[in-house]
Amino acid sequence: MDIVVCVRRVPDLTEAELEIESDGLALDDSDLDYDINEWDDFAIEAAVQLKEKHGGSVLAITVGDEEAEEVLRRALAMGVDEALHLCDDDFVGADPWVVASALHRALEGRSFDLVLCGAMSSDGTSAHTGGMLAALLDVPQVALATSLEVEGGVALARHEVEGGLEREVELSLPALVTVQSGINEPRYVSIRGIRKVASVEIATRDAGEVGGAENRVRLEKIALPPTGDRAEILEGDVDEAVAALVERLHEKGGL
Amino acid sequence: MIAITNPLAGPAEASLFGVPGPVLHGLLLVAALAVFAWIILRRSELLRKAAPDPRLDRFGERLRDLLVVGFGQARQPRYPAAGILHILIFFGFLVLLFRSLTLLGEGFWSGFTLPGLGGGAGEVYLAIKDWTALVVLCCCLVAAWRRLVVKPARYHDRYAVHSHGPEAILILALISLLMISDAVYEGSHLATIGGGGLGTPLASLAASALGGLSAEALEGLGLAAFWIHNVALCFFGCYLPLAKHFHVITALPNVFLGKLAPAGRVKPPRHDAKEGEELEEIGVRRLEDFTWKHLLDFYSCTDCGRCSDVCPAYNTGTPLSPRMISVKCRDEAYEAWPVFEKRDPGAQRPELVGEIVKDEELWACTTCRSCEATCPVMIEYVDKIVDMRRFLVDEGRVPSGMQKALGKIEKRGNPYGKIGKKRGDWIKGDDGESCGVEVLAAGDAAPLCYFTDSATAFDPRLGEIGRAFGRVLKSAGQECGTLGRDEVDSGHEARRVGEEGLFEVLREQNLEALAEREIGRVVTTDPHAFNALVNDYGGIGIPVLHHSQLFDELLTAGKLKPKALDDDRTYVFHDPCYLGRHNEIYDAPRRVLDAIPGLRRVEMEASRHKSFCCGGGSLYLFHEGECERRMGEVRLDLADAAGAQVVVTACPFCLVNFEDAIKTTGREGRMEVIDLAELIDRALPRSESPNPEPETASS
Repeated sequence: MDIVVCVRRVPDLTEAELEIESDGLALDDSDLDYDINEWDDFAIEAAVQLKEKHGGSVLAITVGDEEAEEVLRRALAMGVDEALHLCDDDFVGADPWVVASALHRALEGRSFDLVLCGAMSSDGTSAHTGGMLAALLDVPQVALATSLEVEGGVALARHEVEGGLEREVELSLPALVTVQSGINEPRYVSIRGIRKVASVEIATRDAGEVGGAENRVRLEKIALPPTGDRAEILEGDVDEAVAALVERLHEKGGL
Repeated sequence: MIAITNPLAGPAEASLFGVPGPVLHGLLLVAALAVFAWIILRRSELLRKAAPDPRLDRFGERLRDLLVVGFGQARQPRYPAAGILHILIFFGFLVLLFRSLTLLGEGFWSGFTLPGLGGGAGEVYLAIKDWTALVVLCCCLVAAWRRLVVKPARYHDRYAVHSHGPEAILILALISLLMISDAVYEGSHLATIGGGGLGTPLASLAASALGGLSAEALEGLGLAAFWIHNVALCFFGCYLPLAKHFHVITALPNVFLGKLAPAGRVKPPRHDAKEGEELEEIGVRRLEDFTWKHLLDFYSCTDCGRCSDVCPAYNTGTPLSPRMISVKCRDEAYEAWPVFEKRDPGAQRPELVGEIVKDEELWACTTCRSCEATCPVMIEYVDKIVDMRRFLVDEGRVPSGMQKALGKIEKRGNPYGKIGKKRGDWIKGDDGESCGVEVLAAGDAAPLCYFTDSATAFDPRLGEIGRAFGRVLKSAGQECGTLGRDEVDSGHEARRVGEEGLFEVLREQNLEALAEREIGRVVTTDPHAFNALVNDYGGIGIPVLHHSQLFDELLTAGKLKPKALDDDRTYVFHDPCYLGRHNEIYDAPRRVLDAIPGLRRVEMEASRHKSFCCGGGSLYLFHEGECERRMGEVRLDLADAAGAQVVVTACPFCLVNFEDAIKTTGREGRMEVIDLAELIDRALPRSESPNPEPETASS
């Protein structure tokens, strides 16, 4: 069973002080740390677990600049067999269409049973890439999978749908599944694990080979959300504080 | 059947089944020694396959441990009843060893005595030996009564799959048989020739019981008793290495070969690997991955249960029982490396780490070292647990909470995931006032450099420890700097969780930051950082102090002059594991507390090396495993029992765990926990303060 897992390097925005570049089109990344997109970590784990159970191999693939290689090293340390880096500075700022198109071109002529993607990436949060790639590959797709099994030529997936419900579906392989966080417990990647794969050759292909698509979404401006009013701490003993809270809830229409 | 050539002759003159006694005795002895040697050889096979462990250095210190902990039985009295019984039986064995050798000699030569034990000395020895035998016999009866009737809770481990009780009873019965058969042997002699009395109570007792028998019967009985004694002795010797009583043979060597490296220093992944060498595999996955000494530990475990009895993880209902780690690993060693059957190297054995010792057991350990400090035969646990965790980390089998913390340490240098450049922000409190500690840029010099470590630098509550520490130093006129953003997590917990690679990266960064500055001494308020700098970093070339030691020094030099607190509450000091048990700093913090005039201080029963862990080690702050109670809550119960209202500690992890426990046990307003730095800060006169009275907390 051959699996392709698509991964992405994203900035870790928790606790970070965000500053926007003067052109309003990018974050100032001088103080940002980058890491693997959290959803992709679950996708890699799902792929490696399926391989461990059914045999076959896993290819990890990313689209980005040179720095993006670190997420492929991480995937290799987790047990992925092969990595492919679609590497070009032109891929910085690529929209989901460009990313999906590059992935599609890289996979042309390659046989696979399953493509796994994270449900979305934490930087763009559009959750488009998986769906677009499925369409380009012309394979069935299910999004936001919370469990995934493979039996024979069929993938059995459970996935989130509207209204807090979950649905179980069968997909004939080959297929594409985007993975929700929490589908498994991703294994830990130790510093030693990364060092062990430090010298593994990673194939690269540039935009000249797999690029060509143009952004279909044009970024106008990014902005920090407006700061809300400061939080207020209600003073006084419990009874007074509760009374004040009830009064405020009435005022704001909460009750 | 028994041919007695001379009614007053000893066993050496008697023939059995027509075979002369000495010949038969020689056969018995040769057979027993051969079987014993063969068993020991088989038992040592696994040890010879195991990882290396240099244990033959520092002969003097080893001899001291052997004399104090081994022959001196120094750790036995912590459990008075069992301890005294064991001490009596142990010394009884030493005395009776000479008797056993004499009886073995008598099998060849009538009237045999050991050199120096003939004549008058022999008479004295016989009296001592006879009293000793009586005492040992009584001890065996009491021990059996404890096993069968009293059944102390400690004997039964809640995770035990089989009981060693029957084995213990068999051993007690064998010892008793040795005592009684010797008494009958000697008693039959006394009954024939007369004599005895209070000098030899047990033999005399036997003699009076046998008084009415004929000379022939007495001789026959004596001969039978002699043979029973010597056959039982040979059986005893050969049975020991087959079961938990192997400790009778291995315990003293185990103590002699004990860990002499500082208690707080975790063993390297391999003793035979060079610094920085990339190992193909790391940690312990199979029995053979343990060092031979760690396997000898398993053989030496007496299954006494003291380790688990004092283990905070066991006592709070976690899956860990240190005793079971030894017992289960020994059981596996005995099954996988059998004595009597041929070993099958291809046999499918359960996974040592994962199935026999479960992941959750290993993650439940805080590395507090309570077990090691109490084990009478100096079995090591922390190094083994860390070694097994190294394997788990390499396999990626790490609980998610710890994974997150480790990932943040790797990316941002602290487990909280805070931005590294804010590492010096704690210096100013909410009021914006600096505590006086200065961030040192590369190239700066300072007589003191404060290594905060992550907890103090980033936890808002714990930053107050740092600020109090800074204010105390300021009032003592001490200039102190800190590394600021160039400091990263000490890696202490990362290493103990088993993430050796991450530890190495962090160590290099901190060593580089220290080397870029001209620093007189490093001081820290965090015992974990202290232990990392002193024991893990391997000689940083700069003296390292814990703040309790620095305060002690400043008090002695008269640079700190604490005033009485306007506070009539009772104080107690809680020994942090990595200050106390791992680094044996017990007195400095107590002297600091006692330097405050009028402060009433009590001790908890579980203090100093018996201290009970707060539950903070091994990234426990970021990993909630399965448990019935929190360790911090149990500790506060102990503080309550000592009559204390203020718990003073000297570790940020302890502080945060106890403050949580105060809330979860509803002790708010009744009990307070503060750091030593905060206590001294309260007791210092404030010249700049309009109110010269030191602040005291409302109780």
